Amino acid sequence: MAIVVKCFASLREQLGVSEKSLDCVGGQTISDVWYAITSDPPPGNLLCACNLEYVDFDHLVKDGDEVAFFPPVTGG
Amino acid sequence: MTVEIRPEDYDPWVELSRYQARSDRLQPGAFGACASFVGTMRDFSEGDNVSSMTLEYYPGMTEKQLNDLVEGAIANHELIDALILHRVGEVRPGDAIVLVATWSAHRKASFDACRLIMEHLKSQAPFWKKEQLSDSERWVESNTSG
Repeated sequence: MAIVVKCFASLREQLGVSEKSLDCVGGQTISDVWYAITSDPPPGNLLCACNLEYVDFDHLVKDGDEVAFFPPVTGG
Repeated sequence: MTVEIRPEDYDPWVELSRYQARSDRLQPGAFGACASFVGTMRDFSEGDNVSSMTLEYYPGMTEKQLNDLVEGAIANHELIDALILHRVGEVRPGDAIVLVATWSAHRKASFDACRLIMEHLKSQAPFWKKEQLSDSERWVESNTSG
């Protein structure tokens, strides 16, 4: 029972986390996942995704999910 | 429709011409309008000279977001076809970063959809730019509004 957490761009550098596997205990939200990788409060402009779709901080995760955190996007 | 992430430099006009020639949907006479947008790298940003830039993306999510974007545009704007080509990796001033092209029977659909795809790409597609300056580097924190 595990989830994969990925961080990108400046957030990856700040947290020192590129990809990490976390135990999934059930009932965890994206917010819980954030605080499992850092004790820092989330930046106000933080973006979150679960299984390649944008989600909010209160989204529930389940076993096998891929969670991602990243700063505002700047492509194009 | 095609979405592609490209790690090498490309010529957007060659790509546009090649795609149009090869697409089954774009045979001569099948469309009446094509709108395109090409975004290229500047050598200046916020008053500083920029020597190069690194474009990072989220493999899997970026392609999915772009595919969803193109599918939505085709369904909502009566497009005949659409193409997104986006560069990643190390980019030099003058290099093409993004190519968006849309084809339709009449101009309004292709103009509107091209603009819509670009604006949504800028706000939703997970890409991040890191600029290399003469003696430092920095992440671009947000896109310009237009």
